[in-house]
Amino acid sequence: MQPILKIENLTHTYSVGTPFERSAVKDISFTVNKGEFLGIIGHTGSGKSTLIQHFNGLLRPTSGRVLLDGKDIWAAPKKIRDVRFRVGLVFQYPEYQLFEETVYKDIAFGPKNMGRSGDDLDRCVRWAAKLVGLSTSVLEKSPFELSGGQKRRVALAGVIAMEPEILVLDEPTAGLDPAGRENLMANIRDYHVNHGGTVILVSHSMDEIARNAERIIVLKSAGILMDGTPAEVFARGNELLAAGLEVPQITRVAMALHRRGVEIDPAVYTVEALHRQLLALGKGGGVC
Amino acid sequence: MSNIIETKELTYAYAMSEEDGRATVALRGVDVAIRKGAFVVVLGHNGSGKSTLAKTFNAVLLPLGGNVYVEGMDTRDEELLLEIRRRVGMVFQNPDNQIVANVVEEDVAFAPENLGVPSEEIRRRVDAALESVGMSEFVQHAPHLLSGGQKQRIAIAGVIAMEPDCIVLDEATAMLDPVGRREVLSTIHRLNREKGITVVLITHHMDEAMEADRVIVMDGGLVAMDGKPAEVFAEVDRLRSMGLTVPDTVSLLYELRHDGWTVPLSAMSVEDCAEVIAAAWKK
Amino acid sequence: MLKDITLGQYFPGDTPAHRLDPRTKLLLVVMYIVALFCAKGVFSYGLTALTLILCVRVSRVGWKQLLRGLKPVLFIVVFTGLLNMFVTPGDPLVQLGFLQITGQGLINAVRMVLRIMLLVMGTFLLTYTTSPISLTDGLERLMNPLKKIRVPVHELAMVMSIALRFIPTLIEETDKIMSAQRARGADFESGNLLERAKAMLPILVPLFVSAFRRADELAVAMECRCYHGGEGRTKLRALQYRPSDATVLFAGAAVMTAAVVLGRFGL
Repeated sequence: MQPILKIENLTHTYSVGTPFERSAVKDISFTVNKGEFLGIIGHTGSGKSTLIQHFNGLLRPTSGRVLLDGKDIWAAPKKIRDVRFRVGLVFQYPEYQLFEETVYKDIAFGPKNMGRSGDDLDRCVRWAAKLVGLSTSVLEKSPFELSGGQKRRVALAGVIAMEPEILVLDEPTAGLDPAGRENLMANIRDYHVNHGGTVILVSHSMDEIARNAERIIVLKSAGILMDGTPAEVFARGNELLAAGLEVPQITRVAMALHRRGVEIDPAVYTVEALHRQLLALGKGGGVC
Repeated sequence: MSNIIETKELTYAYAMSEEDGRATVALRGVDVAIRKGAFVVVLGHNGSGKSTLAKTFNAVLLPLGGNVYVEGMDTRDEELLLEIRRRVGMVFQNPDNQIVANVVEEDVAFAPENLGVPSEEIRRRVDAALESVGMSEFVQHAPHLLSGGQKQRIAIAGVIAMEPDCIVLDEATAMLDPVGRREVLSTIHRLNREKGITVVLITHHMDEAMEADRVIVMDGGLVAMDGKPAEVFAEVDRLRSMGLTVPDTVSLLYELRHDGWTVPLSAMSVEDCAEVIAAAWKK
Repeated sequence: MLKDITLGQYFPGDTPAHRLDPRTKLLLVVMYIVALFCAKGVFSYGLTALTLILCVRVSRVGWKQLLRGLKPVLFIVVFTGLLNMFVTPGDPLVQLGFLQITGQGLINAVRMVLRIMLLVMGTFLLTYTTSPISLTDGLERLMNPLKKIRVPVHELAMVMSIALRFIPTLIEETDKIMSAQRARGADFESGNLLERAKAMLPILVPLFVSAFRRADELAVAMECRCYHGGEGRTKLRALQYRPSDATVLFAGAAVMTAAVVLGRFGL
């Protein structure tokens, strides 16, 4: 596995030197590998929003380093814009950033800032629109006449069109209905699987993270509480609950079954996996 | 028991769109009656008409056809407008866009001030309302510094201060994190239990429906399903075809039943679900 | 950061200055400003300054906070001071090339700088000790007579208090939108004036769209809470004019009149 993004002893302190001084991120270190689908979870105030704004240089660390492909992104502060094209960041409720007359122009904003033009620009705009499931007929419409779910797709396409090596998403499905959530996550999985993109998904929905991420980092009060595969993280379900975090419903069922003497691994987190385990045990199992 | 809200052949359509000159029909003849003191959850995907329905309950939207009655009062009657809105309070999705004042107590006092309640009585109501949502210690705080869940509880207190009979929450949990959602849900469940306030909760989070007395599922501007949560969630395939999901516990039980396990789909809560599976397994 | 702006912030407290009726405070500030503009010499300036010092002591607002409030107007203070110093004609004290500093210029400069500083600190003391709600309440009541000539006094007061309520929300939103556009490579720092103005579009358009959306939603939420204009409205905290208010107002009026009279005589 090849590391692509490395966070070294990152600390970010707000309002330094005032009575309001507060570290939102404290001495965090971890590495993201190329092609990985990483989930970051933690409740509001755990520092996740501050953390991800360091990945593309929107925030500058108070101390510590952010390395992209082994190079400190702040080695040349004048070139920080280039980092933003390589690490695409989609904010929460990104539809509120749309501003152009047409969907096409809005998606083209990022690539244009990169200096793309002509056929090259057209290609990446259409590619990104297609990837998020926007039809060609939508491209000439005003983004303001679309439905909420479609606006969100346009905003997502606006970042994907920059063809970033890493895609960072902050609560991409917040406020969408179940079908909208599932469709959007399918687009993101498509980007991950078929285009080999590295994805960092920030969410407070354990279920969503559990279903999509290959690795999970759990944040708690500005630091890392856990870092591992979903199975490893959910095996510590009780600790998660104690930290005031959610545990997927299925994991809680498995934990409850475990307590009742049913011999299954409580670290499952999908319906399919628990279903498989129960079938393997067999009905009226135990005896056979 | 009497009904607090009743709709009769209710229809509604949004103004024509510029593009194709057609009106968007949102409700196509809805007949529902909400009993006093009930906790009703209205589910449906975006565009199913659930929010439109909610907005007709206190005359934010007036019926295009048919009628809506609030405790017998027709919402079309302009004379009764204030009384209807006082009895049926509404909490909306975005907490930031429904807070009027920059001090918590002033915001909670907004509705009683509009109703011309005397100052001492407003004071009493504000304190009681904040107490009932567990936000008493924040009386003097600035709302914009509170968390999402806290802001929504302030919004609920602002409605409670009108001493309403019913609260309608129009996707009021959609923008909250799990902690905030839990705060709001436990608050409205308590208000329903302890004060007998009727609650109508519009949502697309299935798990919020599990503890309701009744679940109404909207689809295409019509009531598609209506019943106890266990009855509604038992129709897994139908819900999925309407773009909705069922709680994972129900999915699991559903799969197991396919494999011949005798487990009831009504065991929706984590503990119940584990209990019935364990029982079936030990048999 | 935008969030650090403390302009017109209210510091809750329970001092006689906080408890005073907002109408009293508003009238006092108006008189204070009139006195400041009439002040000429050491005595009139001294009297107004002394009044301010007394009020600051009573309100227990820290001098640090008050002086920090001067930060945004620092440029204006320095600029006015320099301008007065160099352009006032008179007997030159110092000659710096084509620039000269005159005695009169020096006096004028001190006068202007003092005037602006006292003005800013005085009005800030008002906002520091009066919550925006009671401030708008006070304004509404003071302007009440204007209703007779059909001035929508209640509506104006409501607009003002909602504007105050949404300032922090919109500042936060601006911050968010700027970050989001920066993440798409927007550049707000380089280029000439025209280019920079154009670069603001990706911030302004979403900000306006969202402000309109918020206004829409807020209007519905207000209607749902039975808002129907100012008619028959009551208040959680009804303004009460106490004897102490009358005393303070009278004393303030006397001192300020004295300052104006002193100023008239050039003292």
